Amino acid sequence: MKELMSGNEAIARGAWECGVTFGSGYPGTPSTEILETFAQYKGVYAEWSPNEKVGLEVAIGAAFAGARAMAVMKHVGVNVAADPLFTVSYTGTNGALVIITADDPSLHSSQNEQDNRNYAKFAKIPMLEPADSQEAKDFVKIAFDLSEKFDTPVFLRTTTRVSHSKSVVRVDEPAEAVDRTEIRHLPLKYVMVPMNARARRIEVEKRTQAVREWAETFEGNRVEMGSTEVGIITAGMPYNYAKDAFPGYSYLKLGLVHPLPEKMIREFASKVKKLYVVEELDPFIEEQVKAMGIEVTGKAVFPYTNEFDPGVVEKGITGKSSAPAITLQTIPPRPPNLCPGCPHRGLFYSLNKLKTFVAGDIGCYTLSYMKPLSGMDSCICMGASIGIAHGMSKALGPKGKGKVVGVIGDSTFIHSGITTLLNVAYNRSDAVIIIADNRTTAMTGMQEHPATGYTLQGAKAKELDFEALGRVLGVEHVEVIDPLEFKNTTEVLKRELQTEGPSLIISRAPCVLLMSKKAAKAKHFIVDEDMCIGCKVCLSCGCPAISWKDFEKAGLPPKADRKKQKGIAVIDATLCTGCTFCAQLCRQEAITREEG
Amino acid sequence: MENKVKSLLLAGVGGQGILLASDIICRVMMDKGYDVKKSEVHGMAQRGGCVTSHVRYGNKVYSPLAGKGDIDMIVSFEKLESLRYLDYLKSEGMVLVNDEEIYPPSVNLGDADYPKDVYESLRSQFGQERVKVIPGPELAAKSGNRRAVNTVMLGAISRFIPEISPEDWKKVLKEVLPEKIIKANLIAFDLGRAA
Repeated sequence: MKELMSGNEAIARGAWECGVTFGSGYPGTPSTEILETFAQYKGVYAEWSPNEKVGLEVAIGAAFAGARAMAVMKHVGVNVAADPLFTVSYTGTNGALVIITADDPSLHSSQNEQDNRNYAKFAKIPMLEPADSQEAKDFVKIAFDLSEKFDTPVFLRTTTRVSHSKSVVRVDEPAEAVDRTEIRHLPLKYVMVPMNARARRIEVEKRTQAVREWAETFEGNRVEMGSTEVGIITAGMPYNYAKDAFPGYSYLKLGLVHPLPEKMIREFASKVKKLYVVEELDPFIEEQVKAMGIEVTGKAVFPYTNEFDPGVVEKGITGKSSAPAITLQTIPPRPPNLCPGCPHRGLFYSLNKLKTFVAGDIGCYTLSYMKPLSGMDSCICMGASIGIAHGMSKALGPKGKGKVVGVIGDSTFIHSGITTLLNVAYNRSDAVIIIADNRTTAMTGMQEHPATGYTLQGAKAKELDFEALGRVLGVEHVEVIDPLEFKNTTEVLKRELQTEGPSLIISRAPCVLLMSKKAAKAKHFIVDEDMCIGCKVCLSCGCPAISWKDFEKAGLPPKADRKKQKGIAVIDATLCTGCTFCAQLCRQEAITREEG
Repeated sequence: MENKVKSLLLAGVGGQGILLASDIICRVMMDKGYDVKKSEVHGMAQRGGCVTSHVRYGNKVYSPLAGKGDIDMIVSFEKLESLRYLDYLKSEGMVLVNDEEIYPPSVNLGDADYPKDVYESLRSQFGQERVKVIPGPELAAKSGNRRAVNTVMLGAISRFIPEISPEDWKKVLKEVLPEKIIKANLIAFDLGRAA
């Protein structure tokens, strides 16, 4: 049967079809739907782990127990999981272990554009890279077979365009379930003390050589001969772009991007007059082909940055574009924004007014750095907020007192903020740490985490208590606020900024998207046209439901009693969730709940 | 045989039902035996940002993403978004626009103006017959379901894909949509097709 599937759905389906019973990971665009889809299949165990390192470690455990296990994460998640990653390459896996890394060329929703093919070479782990959903499903199965055949973890790399594109997939029935789990004591293989690790180190080189030979016969590495004027070596999504632009050329399409099939590459290169490597991001294949002493063109004509499309490949090879020349009109940008009713708005509005340095973190609330909220000064990686606030506070000494804040989301705090909060308490700084607790992993689409009280597969779980945790870690001042209560939020922030030693504020209100049914029923707010003096204070909280109506542009006369007033604020009833925040800001009391 | 691939670009704002509409187009094309690929970017788009979806169909489709100058039809679910991707349009391609304005943040704040004369600008650039404005919200209201604007747009698209009959579209709509909104959506489709 044929179905239209995204790359992520196809990976989940392929894993289920080939008897994978264990999946773990942490949500991150563009990887999230893999585990969400997998978790719904019958007979599997799937979990959101607190972070990718834990996700990989539990998958290693499952593989040691003999299961077919996968750990799923976005590209930067592999950085978090890198410690166990490099050593599980030495131990091998007993059962099968596949690590799925979803890279994000063009940084559609990421903080960097790292090319995780480098991890395959660095950690000496074979890596498969599918080009569409059918290959994604097929390659997952090959990855698990490879893992078992060569006793190695295996990477499956996607990019945003593979993960989030949909194409036609043939679905099959799952293989009959076979339970291969058992406890096997293999200390020489699994206890990586130097003596044992030295021996395993040699096995890793032997294994890489064996996979290299296998790669020469792997049917996923295939030659498609066309015109011999130009030959293209490519892998993953760029294969499609190149085939689209130049259907007539010859191709060596690599399914395994590490290790490379050298003989196959040499033979292909010898058959074509001009050889290109078409790959996004780093010259990963190109440099290795050059190291073989083969003349090849790659990054000399193709960009290092951003994802490609057929036009980019065409321009690289011909030097020009066949697209009609069109001059685009300058139009207002449409960046993503905090939703109407988002509780983060209240917190960051208050922080901005207090003129603090806000070390921020990764989540929806990162959007608060934009105007008009301008509520964030740094964002590096998951969990960095607390460490940066602590370091700044220490370096500034008395100068930083009352001026440095670290803000981190609830899921992000659990991911990698707990040890840094412990550091704030233990090494004692004056930084104020705020957990922006909206009771979900909002940015990636409402995933559960240890403080929501539910697991990925819907089981009730013990809720993590942030207040108790803060105290246990040694933070003496722990406060809870509702960020949409403007006056109280500002007061508590001011007080804690002046307090000696570490403070933890839990800014708690559920994500408005979790409350959408309640919000739809809530009475919205309206602006009294007569009472509004056009001061724009309500607009400064950046709510998408509030807009400015300029009298002159709307063709309206100025107010009779205030001739200088240029316009009024207007609230869109269909967008307003009745959160009350703008009404609290209005000194004229011109914003009121709609009657009736 | 020549491998002719047709490409559509659906554009608009998060929450307008663009991804569902592009899924429906793919289902229709798949049922007719075409190879289909589509591509969109999730994530940040959920927070009120731009949404685009490329849909491509033909005997064999390689790239899910069309390059600049490759799009046969830009379908914009929001007025000003129709201007953002015009460099993707083929020299003989056409533009369908839903007549609905959603202000971006800078316009809300009064820092920028919503572009005036969007339709005039499109028509002067591409000619009257290549630009089609659809009163989506008005037709959706007439259908009995204000949220059916995306189905109105599917109806409008269907008129320019003569190889697919309205019945083929309606069959997929009936399969995909929840029972209680099917009737209004079938009316919305017909209104869009006739617009």
